[in-house]
Amino acid sequence: MMEILQNLDLTPFLLSFKLAGLTTIILFVLALPLAWFLSQTSSKFKPLLEAITALPIVLPPSVLGFYILYTLSLNSPIGAFFDEYFGVSLVFNFTSLVIASCFYSLPFMVQPLQSGFESINKNMLEASYISGKSKFTTLFRVALPNIKPALLTAIIVTFAHTVGEFGVVLMVGGSIPNETKVASVAIYEMVEIMNYSTAHIYSALMVTMSFFTLLAVYIFNHKQKFSGFIK
Amino acid sequence: MIKIQIKKENILDVDFTIESGDFLALSGVSGSGKTTLLRVLAGLESADGNIEVDSEVWLDSKHSLAPQKRGIGFVFQDYALFENMSVLQNLLYVKKDQKLAQKLLQITELSELKNRLPKTLSGGQKQRVSLCRAMMKEPKLLLLDEPLSALDSTMRTKLQEEILVLHKEFKTTTILVSHEPSEIYKLCSKMILLSNGKIIKKGTPKEILLKTNGSQKFSFSGELLEIKKVDVIFIAIISIGQQLVEIVVNENEIKELKIGQIITISSKAFSPTISY
Repeated sequence: MMEILQNLDLTPFLLSFKLAGLTTIILFVLALPLAWFLSQTSSKFKPLLEAITALPIVLPPSVLGFYILYTLSLNSPIGAFFDEYFGVSLVFNFTSLVIASCFYSLPFMVQPLQSGFESINKNMLEASYISGKSKFTTLFRVALPNIKPALLTAIIVTFAHTVGEFGVVLMVGGSIPNETKVASVAIYEMVEIMNYSTAHIYSALMVTMSFFTLLAVYIFNHKQKFSGFIK
Repeated sequence: MIKIQIKKENILDVDFTIESGDFLALSGVSGSGKTTLLRVLAGLESADGNIEVDSEVWLDSKHSLAPQKRGIGFVFQDYALFENMSVLQNLLYVKKDQKLAQKLLQITELSELKNRLPKTLSGGQKQRVSLCRAMMKEPKLLLLDEPLSALDSTMRTKLQEEILVLHKEFKTTTILVSHEPSEIYKLCSKMILLSNGKIIKKGTPKEILLKTNGSQKFSFSGELLEIKKVDVIFIAIISIGQQLVEIVVNENEIKELKIGQIITISSKAFSPTISY
């Protein structure tokens, strides 16, 4: 047992966290304006945008993976463009995983933020406009601080969902050690080569970390509800 | 002087002016366009027409000034305080003017609560904060959208007094949406009655609210709840304000009355006594 633990390769986990961390940061920056726009607009194109945003939830990861793989490969103009002008390949490397994860986890960032923004009393935002504040200031000083639970949910769920993705990463990244072999792929591989003890340890690690992360989120949201005074 | 001439689809069609420093009441049944009028004045809703405030154009056929640029203070019925900020921060968010903030908090007796978050305050306290926040911009026009309707009567009386104090201190031109005759009478110098988006009466609160005419000494309007036959007479139960009264009616009168009708009860020759 000790021997297994000593030889345990934790790089897949580090890779998973690096991927999830980067994806979460990029998605936060991209999804924040989108979620804010969706929550405030009454445009007739809103359902269209919402449907596109939600697609990754319902699509089989293989479908998403296939399209992303195709789009990033040299067969498509986008992949060819990057290869020709920047000399970078966008498939079977870490960059491709980040791009794929951003598509895959987009709804998990947008939806909690959007419903958070929609739950804010509209008069509160209008009071801010009347106070002479721009939409930008209102977003950062009034809207965001008032949806802390939704904000935290969005960040944690996006992170966790990216750590947990499997089909898309396998298709777009393959399983290259230290490059694209993330934790979920590593577990799959261990099971395939019937190395059940490592698969057990990897899986148990995943369950424990996921549980405590979620527990922390729920404790925070519970406390938010009952806090009253500014310290 | 504020010139207002607004037209918005079938909802609103008004044309009136307010003198600087006036306290104007806006009354009418719900759906008559009161809140819409306030929102158009604040720039929160679009409309056609002209709004001119002290020769500064807020709205004309070519452009509409953003709510941010209008010198408006707005007090919402549901307070709409910034929940993430303390009382003092709510005020300073509008304008970083500690002196003005402290002065306003002092007038409204909120100084001790300045570090509290809105959700720990009572309804009356929240509405006072909301009022102070609206005054922080030192607005040219203060809009109060049924600010006291959610409060109990003691709190309402106290807040009415504070609104009066603030009005005397800052001389801000104010429009108050209200249903309460006593509130309007106490606070306002002018009054407009709206119905279906149009002005149906304009004048002083006294002219509009005092219901007696001719030789009537007393006149109340109330809702007819029930007509009972007791022996040979008929008694009508009528709800006036918060009270029920019984009035004897004759058989001919009954024929013209319907349950649920709004009726006027008046009396001519008697001298009322007041007791307490």
